[in-house]
Amino acid sequence: MSVESMSVEAMPVENKLTESLFAESQLNVKNKKIQSLYRVLFLMMTLLLILPVLIILGTLIVKGGSMISIDFLFTDPINGMTEGGIFPALLGTVWLVSLALLISVPLGIAAAIYLSEYASENWFTRAINLAIINLAGVPSIVHALFGVGAFVMFFGFGTSIMAASLTLAIMTLPVVIVSTREALQAVPHAFREACWNMGATRWQTIRRVVLPNAVSGILTGVILEVSRTTGETAPIMFTGAAFFLPFLPQSVFDQTMALSLHLFVVSTQVPNVPESLPYAVALVLIGMVLLMNSVSIAFRMYLRGKKKW
Amino acid sequence: MTTTQTREAMNEQFDRRTLDWYIDKLVEIIVFISGISAIIFVVGIFVFVTMEGMGFLFDSFSFSEFFGSEYWEPSDEDAPEYGILALIAGTASVTGLAMLIAIPFSLGTAIYIAEFSTGKTREYLKVLVELLAAIPSVVWGFIGLTIMNPLIIEIFDVPVGLTVLNAGIILGLMAAPIMTSIAEDALKAVPDRYREAAEALGATRWQVIYKTVLPAAKNGLLGAILLGVGRGFGETMAVLMATGHAVNIPGSVFDSVRALTATIAAELGETAVGSEHYQVLFTIGIFLFLITFVINLTADLIVRGIKNQ
Repeated sequence: MSVESMSVEAMPVENKLTESLFAESQLNVKNKKIQSLYRVLFLMMTLLLILPVLIILGTLIVKGGSMISIDFLFTDPINGMTEGGIFPALLGTVWLVSLALLISVPLGIAAAIYLSEYASENWFTRAINLAIINLAGVPSIVHALFGVGAFVMFFGFGTSIMAASLTLAIMTLPVVIVSTREALQAVPHAFREACWNMGATRWQTIRRVVLPNAVSGILTGVILEVSRTTGETAPIMFTGAAFFLPFLPQSVFDQTMALSLHLFVVSTQVPNVPESLPYAVALVLIGMVLLMNSVSIAFRMYLRGKKKW
Repeated sequence: MTTTQTREAMNEQFDRRTLDWYIDKLVEIIVFISGISAIIFVVGIFVFVTMEGMGFLFDSFSFSEFFGSEYWEPSDEDAPEYGILALIAGTASVTGLAMLIAIPFSLGTAIYIAEFSTGKTREYLKVLVELLAAIPSVVWGFIGLTIMNPLIIEIFDVPVGLTVLNAGIILGLMAAPIMTSIAEDALKAVPDRYREAAEALGATRWQVIYKTVLPAAKNGLLGAILLGVGRGFGETMAVLMATGHAVNIPGSVFDSVRALTATIAAELGETAVGSEHYQVLFTIGIFLFLITFVINLTADLIVRGIKNQ
């Protein structure tokens, strides 16, 4: 600043004139100040949104990190869940998530194929899209009520892994449909036309050309769904997840423990839990969810870099 | 080649063609059924939840008591009273405070990411926001219970930390990342030529945003806010753990409240199937379903409004 003003003073008179001609008006200077002010303001907002979460994650790691060991992951909880590990809850979550995926992934992919490859722009397709948005927006506890009314009572599955997984599957179905539809629509239309011109039927085109080109995008969505399903608690509370079970589930019609519900139980329902135990459970849960999310994001970025068209 | 051989070859080809044609039709039917599954499920949710709550709804349901009474006393043996006014007040106060926090922060963050940041910073911020959105609600509830609770007690010198303030902050932090993503999409959807035209007229970056981008993205931003409201309304586990769970019409942010969703989650396990209390909980479920349905529908109509322009 001082260097500039000095050099201006040292300049001959005509130069000074042109300088002032192109100098910024006061309004301009003021506007620029306002602009940088807002820039800083929005940056602060961004940081204020992100920082607390990072602090919270740090706290979880500091308070719960020391408890996590192979033993913690693979032993049963003992002494009224105040000691021991989380193995049955971990295994239960794997059961619930796998079965939910088995149901929702084929259904979701098929639905996305219909929406992307068959459906035309009309009120009917709009109704389907609206239903998908609503399915994603219905509160998780209402999904739980639906699970109780439909799967536990009406279809007679009782409170079981089956009922809980079905509830989870329906709840996370929109994730699969939306991401798969995006992956399918990213395949250029010319690919399909080329295939049709060879005399292929619609399904042959989808199976041999569209799906292979979209498979990695679909996979990204599936990983995202795994992460969503892992963290859900309310929908499984009354449909199949138990607070504590002294045995592991033997079939899909048994109840099971689950990691997300276990966190709720040890942090609110069980007396005399050592302080670090719920932190450790929360850390395992959030670790699983964030890991899968990161894999999904990294995968997506890798694909974007590799895309040939 | 003899004539018969040619004919056989032709027949074989013809058979394969018809087989392919049948497969194609079969796939079309399967895919169509999957496509409409979303509609079936949304209708199914409404039907099954209504079915379970019907007994109360047609028997002893009184509109003025249900919505007008602040007494939620389902376990009173002589004269149980089912008034959800206090529960609505609980949900509304928590959601309202959450939106007071989440709306400025998510819009500010979205503006920073979409309009100010560039290149790698933008990518990193987007990934971070996406990861924040993935943190499960039960973990948020746990954070409210163990980290926010003592913090609020210490900072504001109040006896209880599980209050509207706690749940509002938690819910705000929870809803903000999702609102940020949607708001950022809305800003990105504003064509670049709008920005270029404004800049060519000498507008600064902030003037471009304030006078051009924000008005053009108005509907999308409104949609983002509405979806945030819907999410806050339907949130269950975090609200169950962080509000203090006391039936109460709050006088200040330091009062404990109880939310509609949390009531279902806390009480469904304790009620006998088919009892009046059980049916009332399902009736609350219908109410939640209808509210979120309307919110989602409105959000979709508003967002779609801009796309059609």
